[in-house]
Amino acid sequence: MADDTYLVDGYLPTIGIECHVQLRTATKLFGVMSNDARGAEPNTLVDQVCFGLPGALPVLNEEAVRRAAQAAFALNTTPQPFSKFDRKHYFYPDLPKGYQISQFEEPIILGGSIDIVQEDGTTKTVNITRAHLEEDAGKSTHPAGGDYSLVDLNRAGTPLLEIVSEPEMHSAHEAKAFAHELWLRMKFADVSDVDLYQGNMRFDVNVSVSKNPEELGTRSETKNLNSFKSVEKAVNYEIARQIQLLEQGEAIVQETRGWVDDKQKTVSQRSKEDAHDYRYFPDPDIPPIVLSEEYIADVASSVPDMPDVWRGRLGALGVERATIETLLEARVDVDEQILDCIVAAGSDARVKTYANWIVNIEVPLRKERAQQSKAIDVTPERRTSVYDGVALLIEADKLSSNNAKSLIVELLSTDTLPADFEAHAQSKGYIQMSDSSAIESIVQEVLDANPQAVTDVQNGEQKAIGFLVGQVMKVSKGTANPALAKEIITKLIA
Amino acid sequence: MPTAKPTDDNLVSRAWPCVTDIAAEAASGTVTATENVKKALQIIADKNPDIQAIITTTEERALQRALAIDAAIKNGESAGRLAGVPFIAKDNMLAFGADTTAASNMLAGFDAPYQATVIERLEAEGAICVAKANLDAFAHGASTENSDFGVTKNPHDTSTVAGGSSGGSAASVAAGMAPFALGTDTGGSIRQPASFCGVVGYKPTYGLNSRFGVVAMASSTDTIGVLAQSIDDVAIVNDVISGVDPSDGTTINRDTVTYTDYSTSLKGKKIGVIKEYFPKELDPVVAQDVSRHIDKLTELGAEITEVTLPSVAAALATYYIIVPAEVSSNLARHDGQRFQFSAETPSSLQDSYVRSRSEGFGAEAKRRIMMGAHVLSSGYYDAYYNKALLVRTKLIQEFDAVLQDVDFLIGPVAPNPAFKIGENEDPVSMYLQDILTVSVNLTGMPAVSLPLGTTPDGLPIGTQLMAQRNDDRALFGAAQALMEASA
Repeated sequence: MADDTYLVDGYLPTIGIECHVQLRTATKLFGVMSNDARGAEPNTLVDQVCFGLPGALPVLNEEAVRRAAQAAFALNTTPQPFSKFDRKHYFYPDLPKGYQISQFEEPIILGGSIDIVQEDGTTKTVNITRAHLEEDAGKSTHPAGGDYSLVDLNRAGTPLLEIVSEPEMHSAHEAKAFAHELWLRMKFADVSDVDLYQGNMRFDVNVSVSKNPEELGTRSETKNLNSFKSVEKAVNYEIARQIQLLEQGEAIVQETRGWVDDKQKTVSQRSKEDAHDYRYFPDPDIPPIVLSEEYIADVASSVPDMPDVWRGRLGALGVERATIETLLEARVDVDEQILDCIVAAGSDARVKTYANWIVNIEVPLRKERAQQSKAIDVTPERRTSVYDGVALLIEADKLSSNNAKSLIVELLSTDTLPADFEAHAQSKGYIQMSDSSAIESIVQEVLDANPQAVTDVQNGEQKAIGFLVGQVMKVSKGTANPALAKEIITKLIA
Repeated sequence: MPTAKPTDDNLVSRAWPCVTDIAAEAASGTVTATENVKKALQIIADKNPDIQAIITTTEERALQRALAIDAAIKNGESAGRLAGVPFIAKDNMLAFGADTTAASNMLAGFDAPYQATVIERLEAEGAICVAKANLDAFAHGASTENSDFGVTKNPHDTSTVAGGSSGGSAASVAAGMAPFALGTDTGGSIRQPASFCGVVGYKPTYGLNSRFGVVAMASSTDTIGVLAQSIDDVAIVNDVISGVDPSDGTTINRDTVTYTDYSTSLKGKKIGVIKEYFPKELDPVVAQDVSRHIDKLTELGAEITEVTLPSVAAALATYYIIVPAEVSSNLARHDGQRFQFSAETPSSLQDSYVRSRSEGFGAEAKRRIMMGAHVLSSGYYDAYYNKALLVRTKLIQEFDAVLQDVDFLIGPVAPNPAFKIGENEDPVSMYLQDILTVSVNLTGMPAVSLPLGTTPDGLPIGTQLMAQRNDDRALFGAAQALMEASA
């Protein structure tokens, strides 16, 4: 896109994003306590390390390093062979040690880039500055009206990868697309569970506007956005707010802001004057991370294909662009292996059919069940059996698409698959009547009952044929082969 | 202050058989674990009012453990290599049975919910912790005067200091309260009090002994070591406590050979006398004594050579940048919010932080926190902390180069014998006590202080032997040879 298409009232907005990704590990970044704080009572996932007791020492979780290394490949780069941890000091009750262990000078990822899909379908490359490992702090809550705060350290020590983009985005749409693409990639590469509801990914957007495209304006940083929509809204709000201030002749203050969803606006939290001197220095308790060439090669070979590879692959198979995006999301929030059956479908028709079934049948079904806490687990083998079996019946004209849907829903949710799909479908009354004589008697019955429609057909009104086919389907309780029914109707009326 | 003459009353130079004999006697039932623990507690009860080496005993738990060990032995079970051997732990090590205070009001009353790895490993071999030893608060000091629980006195002359910061550990062993004690050495805190009190003090290779469960002073130089009456006792204790600990990521592999299995032959060995360890400020009595022992090494067949390590001159300055930096960070967790000292009725969160830390820490901790925060602060980091790291690297390179040519290094431990209580009130003069010990903390090398001499007044003088990283076992051999020759 040309730069001037980005202009808002003559100002060029510029956006950089920092994203905290919670790594998928069994335990915390520097200890043996569980990393899964979902539903846990406050302060139950806490030991001497998380609590910052005297004598407690951090021991690096190798699984977290592995996830971060995977992330490097998801960001189109390789992990640094040498990186190390630093301490970042500040006092807050949810920071037990008085410092956060982070990577300041030598992060595990330097550089990288991701392509984002723009509104017009073209792609744009956004460069990554760096990504570093760090531990999360605990959670503070401040009960309304209380003269106290509560601290829950369950989350303290949770492994995070903070990914920092270059300020190369120029619209809320690009910011949202970047966040979304990052979300896809972190899941595809098995870096994170990327559950936004659980805060597995939190976005900070740095927004500035400038009349001079060569020079960045003063930026604000809106922190802790946990949805793509809020990223988009916060960026749009900041662009508008900053332009309004500048138009009124006021200066932009460099500050940290928060998004208030109730009010659909950002509010100031902390200005730069309050900025800490964090007194970073290398953490002497943690030896540097040294990754061998063999290790990096091993990680590289373990990272599966990224979304852009899937876009190319599914596009080449003839799947439409919008459908592909829905399928990629399904791979993230429904099932990592859900796309494999499309590639293995075997024919162009089946590719489209399977893509359609995933988007319109399996995804809604599984999301609904998950919401009802009745999540169903579909193995790739089961999916292949069900999809292939149902496809065969359709290809043999034995199943209508409506009945196919019912059959798929049923077979994906049952524990044991029937040995004979056709017999099972038959017993359920799903099999299409393809016996001409049986259909012919139903057709005759329908023609007798609808003389007006017959006349209409005879007068060349094609719509009436559709009506009559519908009636046949109704009488046959959906089992009649509609193509055959139409053929017989035409034959009998002629 | 009353000046006690050097008196044998405070010294039980051999109150205990060697550690292996104590364990053997306990295993055979000749002298039970319970008898050992009672004996240790009795000596503590008798002497501690004068010496103040102990903050608290772990009497109840120690007697329970002794009973259990004796019962196990009666049942024919193996009770471990250190069965029934009492020991004393510096009170910056988390242990059950008594509070862990680090000798600071900040941590007073802290009932540790877990034990230090070194304590766990000793207990697993049947050793019994009987008491927690006094120290300079948070191990900040070289005299054990900076304790919120009283000044430890030197058993050789109670008007003098025991040294520090492991002064309680050194004095307790010198006074025969237990056959060995654990200490920590960040800049000389085991070797210097060992020198003052006339016991063997061993600082291991950095990372050899786990720091897990030890109140951190400076993470990159903290080591956990042993104070005892003999090299053999030090070696067997080290054999039990050393090696990789999954709870401390900086621990290293131990020697594959038992630490007691060392060679005392010095024939053909080269020993370097560090020129910079004999500065003009060195007390001539100390210089003469150490030189006498260097001559002994020649008699043992070793080749003596003078070596020069120019960066040693900058070691103390380097140490007093790096260590306060780490101290300021490690002490940040003592914030009054989660455990132990917390200011009463704070008006705000900020007030709670400021007052808890202002009231809880002593002057020396605050001084080091301020120095550390300063050298790490933006604008000063490059001028101080980064420069100190460069000097540290240079120091390591110089030591490594010299140790290509020589097997061991030798020099004094401290610039002087034990000084009078109250004599070094100026912080800088106290810091100068560390001048001959900090280098090996910065380089990670092992070193021992050996009680080889005395002043005309009867105060002990230690001699320091140093070796390359991971040469701890060889160091024990050389130390033992020198101990025997100088006996």
